[in-house]
Amino acid sequence: MTSTAGVAPPLDVPGTGTGPTPGAPPEVPPETGRRRGKTGYLLLLPGALWLVLFFVVPFYSLVATSLYDPAGSDFRGYEMTWAVGNYVDALQEYWRPMLRSLWYGALATLFCLVLGYVLAYAIAFKAGRWKNLMLVLVVAPFFTSFLVRTLSWKLILADDGWVVNTLQFLQVLGEDGRLLATPVAVVAGLTYNFLPFMVLPLYASLDKIDPRLVEASSDLYAHPAVGFFKVTWPLSLPGVVSGTLLTFIPASGDYINAELLGSPNQRMVGGVIQSLFTDANDYPAAAALSMVLMVLIVVMVLLYVRRAGTEELL
Amino acid sequence: MSRAGRWVREHLVLVLGLLVLAYTFVPIAIVVLMSFNAPASRNVYAFDGFTLDNWANPCADPGMCDALARSVQIGLLSTLLATVLGTLAAFALVRHDFAGRSASNLLVFLPMAAPEIVLGSSLLALFVATGFSGQLGFWTIFVAHVMFCLSFVVVAVRARLAGMDDHLEQAAMDLYATPVQTFRRVTFPLVFPGILGAALLSFSLSFDDFIITNLNAGTTTTFPMYVWGVAQRGVPMQVNVIGTVMFLVSVAIVVVGEVGNRRRLAART
Repeated sequence: MTSTAGVAPPLDVPGTGTGPTPGAPPEVPPETGRRRGKTGYLLLLPGALWLVLFFVVPFYSLVATSLYDPAGSDFRGYEMTWAVGNYVDALQEYWRPMLRSLWYGALATLFCLVLGYVLAYAIAFKAGRWKNLMLVLVVAPFFTSFLVRTLSWKLILADDGWVVNTLQFLQVLGEDGRLLATPVAVVAGLTYNFLPFMVLPLYASLDKIDPRLVEASSDLYAHPAVGFFKVTWPLSLPGVVSGTLLTFIPASGDYINAELLGSPNQRMVGGVIQSLFTDANDYPAAAALSMVLMVLIVVMVLLYVRRAGTEELL
Repeated sequence: MSRAGRWVREHLVLVLGLLVLAYTFVPIAIVVLMSFNAPASRNVYAFDGFTLDNWANPCADPGMCDALARSVQIGLLSTLLATVLGTLAAFALVRHDFAGRSASNLLVFLPMAAPEIVLGSSLLALFVATGFSGQLGFWTIFVAHVMFCLSFVVVAVRARLAGMDDHLEQAAMDLYATPVQTFRRVTFPLVFPGILGAALLSFSLSFDDFIITNLNAGTTTTFPMYVWGVAQRGVPMQVNVIGTVMFLVSVAIVVVGEVGNRRRLAART
């Protein structure tokens, strides 16, 4: 229950009335009036069945496909040969895009954390009566199509655009330096596109902090910076953890930014999996790569959550 | 120090926050601007001149409007089913106690935590294994969208239900309302804003999805897939008209919702 509660608030759009209003008690003790009996099962059954059929069973299918005989095809059919070699082959060929995905995902998450913390902090503590408006403005840009937004970054970062020209003028970029088709563009795109996934959970936990605690620290002669690192930051950690997870997982699986803003040298593993599936029809290799990505993400997430010391989140 | 300088110093965090917020709107400004662009050629993506043509003929490329209509259809259908199934499940999880409740919560949570590429490739693996690889299209996209929208609906409705005071329902029962009456006259109206919000979220998730859709679409094209396709061979400016309209519609929905909220709050006091 706590695991989802940590993730739930960011997902409902503040101001649309989908969730408890900020400041309201976040969770009502769940033990009041919960009924036993068969009705619960009946209500749950259709949804649960859908998830089992189209989420759990497919996952089993993915594991099975990753172990099929790599020589199989749509015409010859697929044979289960427990071909663990698929994993070795896939990793040998595609370890670069795999590591790159995790690296770009981590970088984008870090930048999101910095930008998102500033924004969430400003909304929670400095916005006053404009709080709700600012929250709406945080999500508003992201209702425009993901792909259209990413295309407009392509225009902004274009070779003769003002961003590149300015950077060339400032000697940050060389004469023929460019941003498109570089890791910078891809990470910038990822950072931009996943920012609200960071801001909303950060806001949710910053908003719960009692400002009197920070006041108390300054009454006790703590420097504002000390007050921040000893009071505000530790209390916002649940938001930091769920924000980084909500950003890192989709960012490292994304390939739209890499393909639209990058070059083949910035290819991310999602793009490889996609083209192995739909262009090369090499299902076993694609499934094996998909599995590896999933396992690596889960391992990184578990290590991270353990380090952050907030195990109740998962 | 000038007064402006002092104001900035005192409000440094707010100013930085507003800068970050402004940055999130830069691409939107570009989308709006480009919707009025008269491009010199299809291959150059730059602002060349002002025109209203793109707004006057949004369907100049019929392929785009077909894709758009398909996305709307899939969005509406999958939102309808996901909202019904998700709302029922949310009621079960908040209001009922049964063995396997925490396992069910986990089942709902996992699809939101898994990367899209893994969800998409799992489904495709299933479709291939069951011999549906030739029938990929509208209905396989629908199945996929219901699957990933469902969890978000459950979470949104569950949050609404969990934050709801059940004293009103108890009062209705005390006044001899039948369970059906209580549900129709008290519970449902109270949960409805949550369900509506969940449905809107679900529609926008479905409408905007690319990664899962692209794997399970076969030759069927949705709007995001259309944009993906033209990104390689020259983007018609009408794409930006659609982007602008999406932005305006969602802002309008949020504003209407907010005004409704204010009215309800004002009526209560």
